[in-house]
Amino acid sequence: MAEAAATANPKNSSAPAPNSFNLRRLLDAITIPALSILTAFLLSGFVIAFTSPEVLALLPQFWQHPVELLTTMLKTVLTAYAALLQGAFGDWGAILQGFQVWLTTGNSTELLRALRDPFESLVAATPYIYTGLAVAVGFKGGLFNIGVEGQLFAGAIASAWVGFNIEGLPWFLHLPLALIAGILAGAVWAGIAGVLKATRGVNEVINTIMLNYIMFLFTDWLLSDGGPMRGNAGAPRTPEIYPSAYLPRVLPDPVRFHWGFFLAIGAVFFVYWLLWKTTVGFEIRTVGASPTAAKYAGIAVGKVFVLAMGLSGGLAGLAGANELLGLNHYMVAAFSPGYGFDAIALALLGKSNPFGVLAAALLFGALRNGATRMQSLATVPVDIISVMQALIIAFIAAPEIVRWLYRLKRPAQHEQEVFARGWGA
Amino acid sequence: MFGMVATSVAHKTADFAQRRRWIVGGVIVVVGLLALWFFAIQVPADELSKYRFSGGGDAVQLPVVELPTAATNWILSLLLIGFGVYHLVRGLTNSAVLFGVIAFLLLAIFLTWSIRGASLNLTGLMESTLIRSIPFLLGALSGIMCERSGIINIAIEGMMLTAAFVSVIVGALTGNLWIALVAGVLSGALIAGVHAVFSIQFKVDQIISGTVINIFAVGLTNFLNLRWLTTNQELNNSGVFAKVPIPFLADIPVLGTILFNQIALVYIALILMFAVNFLLYKTRWGLRTRAVGEHPKAADTLGVNVFKIRYVNVILAGMLAALGGAFLTLGSVGRFDKLMTNGRGFIALAAMIFGNWNPFGSFGASLLFGFMDSLQLKLQILTSVIPSEILLMAPYLATMIVLAGVVGRVRPPAAEGIPYEKQ
Repeated sequence: MAEAAATANPKNSSAPAPNSFNLRRLLDAITIPALSILTAFLLSGFVIAFTSPEVLALLPQFWQHPVELLTTMLKTVLTAYAALLQGAFGDWGAILQGFQVWLTTGNSTELLRALRDPFESLVAATPYIYTGLAVAVGFKGGLFNIGVEGQLFAGAIASAWVGFNIEGLPWFLHLPLALIAGILAGAVWAGIAGVLKATRGVNEVINTIMLNYIMFLFTDWLLSDGGPMRGNAGAPRTPEIYPSAYLPRVLPDPVRFHWGFFLAIGAVFFVYWLLWKTTVGFEIRTVGASPTAAKYAGIAVGKVFVLAMGLSGGLAGLAGANELLGLNHYMVAAFSPGYGFDAIALALLGKSNPFGVLAAALLFGALRNGATRMQSLATVPVDIISVMQALIIAFIAAPEIVRWLYRLKRPAQHEQEVFARGWGA
Repeated sequence: MFGMVATSVAHKTADFAQRRRWIVGGVIVVVGLLALWFFAIQVPADELSKYRFSGGGDAVQLPVVELPTAATNWILSLLLIGFGVYHLVRGLTNSAVLFGVIAFLLLAIFLTWSIRGASLNLTGLMESTLIRSIPFLLGALSGIMCERSGIINIAIEGMMLTAAFVSVIVGALTGNLWIALVAGVLSGALIAGVHAVFSIQFKVDQIISGTVINIFAVGLTNFLNLRWLTTNQELNNSGVFAKVPIPFLADIPVLGTILFNQIALVYIALILMFAVNFLLYKTRWGLRTRAVGEHPKAADTLGVNVFKIRYVNVILAGMLAALGGAFLTLGSVGRFDKLMTNGRGFIALAAMIFGNWNPFGSFGASLLFGFMDSLQLKLQILTSVIPSEILLMAPYLATMIVLAGVVGRVRPPAAEGIPYEKQ
């Protein structure tokens, strides 16, 4: 069908080769995500404005004081977004002043306090990098891993176990051991869905959803009163891990920025290298593009499914380990604000490209961190971020809406990735 | 040549079926032996399990049935082992019977063991089973309507959550529960409409569309809950539907309490189950829906409007899920709590798969899951050895087992998840 159309319409055949660099292509690739983010911001602004108690109080008098209503709305939204931006990127005046104090007196307290906010954005971005990569690897292999959140829990549980059960190891053994435990736990948990797909042909979407809930309940049980991993504290949490398993901080308190961020950057390069520079990566991408074609090319499709799923789960597990070893140092049931679910948005936003995912994760980390500030300063609940993320995914998944909104031309070729293929197949 | 291929394939499937029979039969026997050891042999002979059938305030007081725990479980375990042997030797083709018998026997053994030395109101347990199964049933019906027409619906959770929220607020504002219910259902239709436009019009991957709706619903309800309800508690109080006893029928002991003394929504849900079944299998619309879900191109060739069928089914599905969400608020607590659906939409999805995309089958699964749900609450009081979290895993585990084809086999509609492109 597509070939017939291409020969009938010679314009299509002049499309650039897929690998050659082309500024227009790059612009095209950035236009839709950028406009999606912008539109999501605008719409969320409306949500913030129209749910604000002050605006709602003025709404009945719209005809008497239309200007007042509009300015109140604008003020509400701008206050909220200003707080968001300040939370996300820090107060640069304060940073400069702190820098000056540090240079003149050698006292770094003020500087560190000012630096906390911008670095906190990177801290929030770190788990996003891992989980975004996890979903992206799945997408590349034609798998939709909705179970990243559960795998993240599995990773955190395993690394916590290694962290508080093994005493007396030097850090260069204990930390890697805890990280590897997290990776393995996530990989195994995801691998179950991979094996079931490879051997029994069960769609991974439903199985990873089920595995998520099993893992949440399992966590609840581990941490419940009398549960196997419950610590001595009165709250449902594990004992604290030994400092030898901590991911070390880069800067002193109160900046929580730790080495997990650089590990995540390493993971970005690793995934890029694996997918585009190795045979395994080629096989994963081929299976993702067409399992039937891959099968006839002699690729063991089932093996690739298990491998890709395990890789995806390993990255997710690493996200859990990262949060645990880098920040909290003990596990509570509610330690993730949904990193695994937001990851789907990240992978879509980054077009499943590791560097795209990195950019998207930095953005989401800044948003999530800024939203916390917005909640305390402007009393706008942090959950508006989820609304924003849902809108971003929606617009990226349906670019026609964005093109229609901004009167953009259709792209030359129809490049839509198929992510899932029904429950049964 | 073709004949040979066909016979070898037939051999292969026959081989597989036989192997599966042996595995399943063997597992049943082993489980039966384990049950015999733990729940019968290990129990002191003089312990009693008491089943009550009437609550304290009932007009007719039925006698309490006192069973010797060990002896009862001896009989039940032997029945289970015998059943396993029968399946090994003869093989049961009807997987619903297979499942039903195993589930019943295992639960009976477990329950009798859990209440040794104590007593349990069985009627009360059955009543709460039915009530707890209603959101699962409505969610599963939603999934069936949607997926039978070829559109995957993993947004049941989001639709339920939205409707739960909307119905509470509208209920509190209007003071009328029926208006609240209608508002909730309309909110579900609206969300489903978005799902329909995305997956039918824009041909967005249906799982992504469903995920978007779930994230959106969680975000928006959390947001509005914090912004409005925590500061205005009076907005978060809709009141609940009163029970509607059906004359005469409600006075039947046991059965009347379980079935005929419920709120109207329970009756509506049960009627809807029959209605969806009738719609799917006995009407022209149902035939077309199934055709569109299996082979849209063929249906289109015969003049069926694929898009129209899908749009209508998806929107109806949204209304059914919304009814399930409204049931959680208007039907039981009368207030909205953050993330109150708590995975029920996904259990509904599990019930749909478990019931093989079939209304009655899904109701059976919903009852089973509802039973698990109410059992874990009861056992928390009885302080059972088995933690409630492990019992709550059962629906999810069972779904994975069924999907893997270990016991029984389910088959989703063939064209599911594939956007239809008109040629």
